[in-house]
Amino acid sequence: MAIITYREALNQALREEMRRDPRVFLIGEEVGVYQGAYKVSQNLLEEFGPKRVVDTPISEAGFVGVGIGAAMVGLRPVVEMMTFNFAIVALDQIVNHAAKILYMSGGQFRVPMVIRGPGGPAVQLAAQHSQGMESYFYHVPGLKVVRPSTPRDAKGLLKSAIRDDNPVIFIESETLYGTKGEVPDDEYTIPLGVAEVKREGTDVTVIGWMGMLHRALEVAQDLEKEGISVEVVDPRTLRPMDTSTILESVKKTHHAVVLEAGAGFAGLGAEIATLITEGAFDYLDSPVVRVTGANAPMPYAKNLERAKVPDKARIIAGIKQALAV
Amino acid sequence: MDKKVMVDLLYQMLLIRRFEEKAAEMYAQGKIGGFLHLGVGMEASCVGAISVLRPDDYVIAGYREHGHCLVRGSDPRLAMAELFGRMDGLSKGKGGSMHFFDKERNFLGGTGIVGGQLPIGTGVGFAINYRGGDQVCLCFFGDGSVAQGVFHESLNMAALWKLPVLYICENNLYAMGTALSRTQSVTDIYKKAEAYGMPGEQVDGMDVLAVREAVTRAVERARREKIPTLIETRTYRFRGHSMRDPAAALYRTREEVEEWKKSDPIVQLWDRMSRDGTVSDAEYKEMDKEISQVMEEAVRFAEASPEPPLEELLTDVHV
Amino acid sequence: MPFQVIMPKLSDAMVEGRVLQWLKKEGDRVQGGDVLASIETDKAEIELEAFGSGVLRRVLADEGQMVPVGQLIAVIAEPDEDITGLVSAAPAAPAAGAPAAPKVEAKAAAPAAHAAIPPAAPPEAGWVPASPIARRMAREAGIDLAQIKGSGPGERILERDVEAYLATQAQRLAGAEVPVGEREFEDKELSTIRKTIAARMVQSKAPIPHFTVTVEVDMGAALELRKSLNAIEANVEKLSVNDIIIKATALALQRHPAVNARYSNGQVRLFKRVHMGVAVAIEDGLIVPVIRDCDRKSLGEIAREARGLIDRARARKLRPEEYSGGTFAISNLGMFDVVEFTAVIDPAHGAILAVGAIEEKPVVMNGQVVVRQRMRLTGAFDHRIIDGAMGAKFLQELKKILENAVQLLL
Repeated sequence: MAIITYREALNQALREEMRRDPRVFLIGEEVGVYQGAYKVSQNLLEEFGPKRVVDTPISEAGFVGVGIGAAMVGLRPVVEMMTFNFAIVALDQIVNHAAKILYMSGGQFRVPMVIRGPGGPAVQLAAQHSQGMESYFYHVPGLKVVRPSTPRDAKGLLKSAIRDDNPVIFIESETLYGTKGEVPDDEYTIPLGVAEVKREGTDVTVIGWMGMLHRALEVAQDLEKEGISVEVVDPRTLRPMDTSTILESVKKTHHAVVLEAGAGFAGLGAEIATLITEGAFDYLDSPVVRVTGANAPMPYAKNLERAKVPDKARIIAGIKQALAV
Repeated sequence: MDKKVMVDLLYQMLLIRRFEEKAAEMYAQGKIGGFLHLGVGMEASCVGAISVLRPDDYVIAGYREHGHCLVRGSDPRLAMAELFGRMDGLSKGKGGSMHFFDKERNFLGGTGIVGGQLPIGTGVGFAINYRGGDQVCLCFFGDGSVAQGVFHESLNMAALWKLPVLYICENNLYAMGTALSRTQSVTDIYKKAEAYGMPGEQVDGMDVLAVREAVTRAVERARREKIPTLIETRTYRFRGHSMRDPAAALYRTREEVEEWKKSDPIVQLWDRMSRDGTVSDAEYKEMDKEISQVMEEAVRFAEASPEPPLEELLTDVHV
Repeated sequence: MPFQVIMPKLSDAMVEGRVLQWLKKEGDRVQGGDVLASIETDKAEIELEAFGSGVLRRVLADEGQMVPVGQLIAVIAEPDEDITGLVSAAPAAPAAGAPAAPKVEAKAAAPAAHAAIPPAAPPEAGWVPASPIARRMAREAGIDLAQIKGSGPGERILERDVEAYLATQAQRLAGAEVPVGEREFEDKELSTIRKTIAARMVQSKAPIPHFTVTVEVDMGAALELRKSLNAIEANVEKLSVNDIIIKATALALQRHPAVNARYSNGQVRLFKRVHMGVAVAIEDGLIVPVIRDCDRKSLGEIAREARGLIDRARARKLRPEEYSGGTFAISNLGMFDVVEFTAVIDPAHGAILAVGAIEEKPVVMNGQVVVRQRMRLTGAFDHRIIDGAMGAKFLQELKKILENAVQLLL
């Protein structure tokens, strides 16, 4: 297996799918000549030309709509959001159109489209450019929402997202683009809606994705020295969510901690806690603990920024709270 | 002009008129719920424009789209069943008045968000070029949409990328209850085309032949030269914004409405054909009778159609 | 305002309770929360608290008397309050085991003037904070949570508390005296409960007529086998003597299925599979995890599984299904230099094997005095289903297997 970066994994996925299916094209701000604001589309313009790697004006609602229209008549657009913060500008197109056209048309028109780009807390980018974005989308029936945390997942899940006949929100991470990991050499995909146990353990189940997942894995290693065995579950797809993997894990460990980088109120942590209460109540030894970002916009100042997003100490405290130790 | 075409235009406008009148009646009887936006008085715009198209061309519209769908060839029975919220409706009863879709006829809806269809229609034009076809997409919207950001984004991209899209603004002079002069700094909407470097044209939206002529030119330009066009059809709705605004009395005068009714597009065309001797009184009456029967049948069909089974609640959420 | 003291319902299954002892006498002043009496339910001995303050005016149930749930057993009121209506409404001298009077009847019997009396048994009375899994484990094991002290926030009973409680019970069932480490807690109620449990244990154990048989085994071959297997590098999980005894016992049981059995309602239940309970001493007691299908597993598999179970047992991480369902049990006190002992049969089994320490001692072999590694095994058997000869043959078989340990590899 090759060791490549998360960014390269995404680039490979795009390249392979564009080679495989002539209906697939990439559209967005700076995807072509500039090679992508975060270089995910590096060299794609050279290989596929301007017809399939389309630079757009700064018109997020406009070019998301272009993607929807193209998808409705048979193409398979991959729309890049330079960052997902800008997807809010296109929220009407995503929520009221992409997500609902299949339903409103009684199943007549499909919208096989991927909207992808980085989202989540970044580094000193302040309130508008650094925030957990998934919560704006996973509430919406009709959308699928993917959060890949490793190069292997990023590639396999993006390929599945492109092949999926539904609109898929695929949120990457600025802070993960440079991270490296093993990626299979052969062609592979990872199905949407399937979680992965990233680390096995017996005492407590920690559920997290993206930066929080990596922090949870570090914490699990630290706590092992204290004799606490942490199981780390990565949902990978937030909607539809693989609840059975989460419930199986909790049924084994009897304790659950949900990590969420974004503001906690009405977040996915609340949803997962409820799922666990509904599906594994008789297995719980303590209330599900949420460790979430502060209920404040992202500050610029380094110290405040550090305090906004859960750090290892807060995750450890959450785990110990769940275990009552 | 070909008599057959003229008769067909008259037939289409009358069909839409009678359909919407029947819908209003059914709404009053409580058989149709929610929002029902009628385009009575505006039939010339959609009939004149869409009559130009080939079956493989595309049409997308907003929430006042019954006429666009019917002139595209959709079955009035299925359309009525959709208004009734029944399983045999165009969208299995899941869309209602604002969300008519007919894939077989390349009719892409049906959106309830003002201006939401503009970038989507633009994307259809993008897809036509991507595949190297010579179809066109007609994207209809009202004057209210022109104030939305996506109007400008869409026209910019279409001109920039040379997309075969006709942006047809059906300017009925009111964005819901707000007059054009109160929403637009420049009330001649066609002039906005200039800012995007595309042809713009204003046409009498009550004259189906004028609309047809202007759209024919623009469609040819789009097919052959990939040039988009902004067409403004000046028109008027005789009824309120929706069934909940029946009188439309707060924002316009009875005199104004009566004045516009003098240029009723159906009456205009019928007068002309009658004068020319293209259609006799008897033939017109026969046509109206036949259409009325179609509407009676549509209502019977809709009433007989079952409600969607409960499984439909959760189908079509995902493919 | 008078307060009625009734026999509380402390579990879904509880229909009656016995007044063990009144801790307050008639005429004593009591405060809400004071312990009035100790009550024995089908599951536990609990303290009955006063829910109101006043004077204990009347005691209506004698010590030792069985009273239906919901029946009035005492009245608390101020000295000058009239309680005759209340007292006369209660059965004069309820016979032990009398059917519970439905609550509605009691209410109907009370005059309208008492409508303001609070419900006799508010839900808080029986409410014990416990985590869902602790509740489930207690329900499945048939124990009353009120017997357990919680170590979680707000004294919530956690999984570990139930496990610890079950372990102390298991220790009693196995009958082994294991040195008990320092407890995290120590309280009087627990020792009272222990007394009660001990008393009931005698009752429940009395029907099992134990007999024991002891053999001495030469462990030379078994130790040799262990040494050679552990010398194989690939053999990651090192074998313990106990692993060898487990495997050998399983084999012996397979050959003597009558011992892999239990007495059950006038029948003998012969188990078709061999699930071996292995007593593990833990910090504050003993628990018996079960290795399933021991007869079909290799020594390596048994060693691996035993290690995992023992580790989890010591970490108190065993799931209920991991310490239930055994068909036979082994208790090994060799590590405490115990040469020989007898163990008490788990009522779920028909026999138990007590394993002593391996000792170097002189024995006569082929007319020569030689120093050998010897170990004593004592089987305790339920005489209702197993006779002396059957038990002896089983031990003889086990001795043969251990002395010819290489057959364990077959």
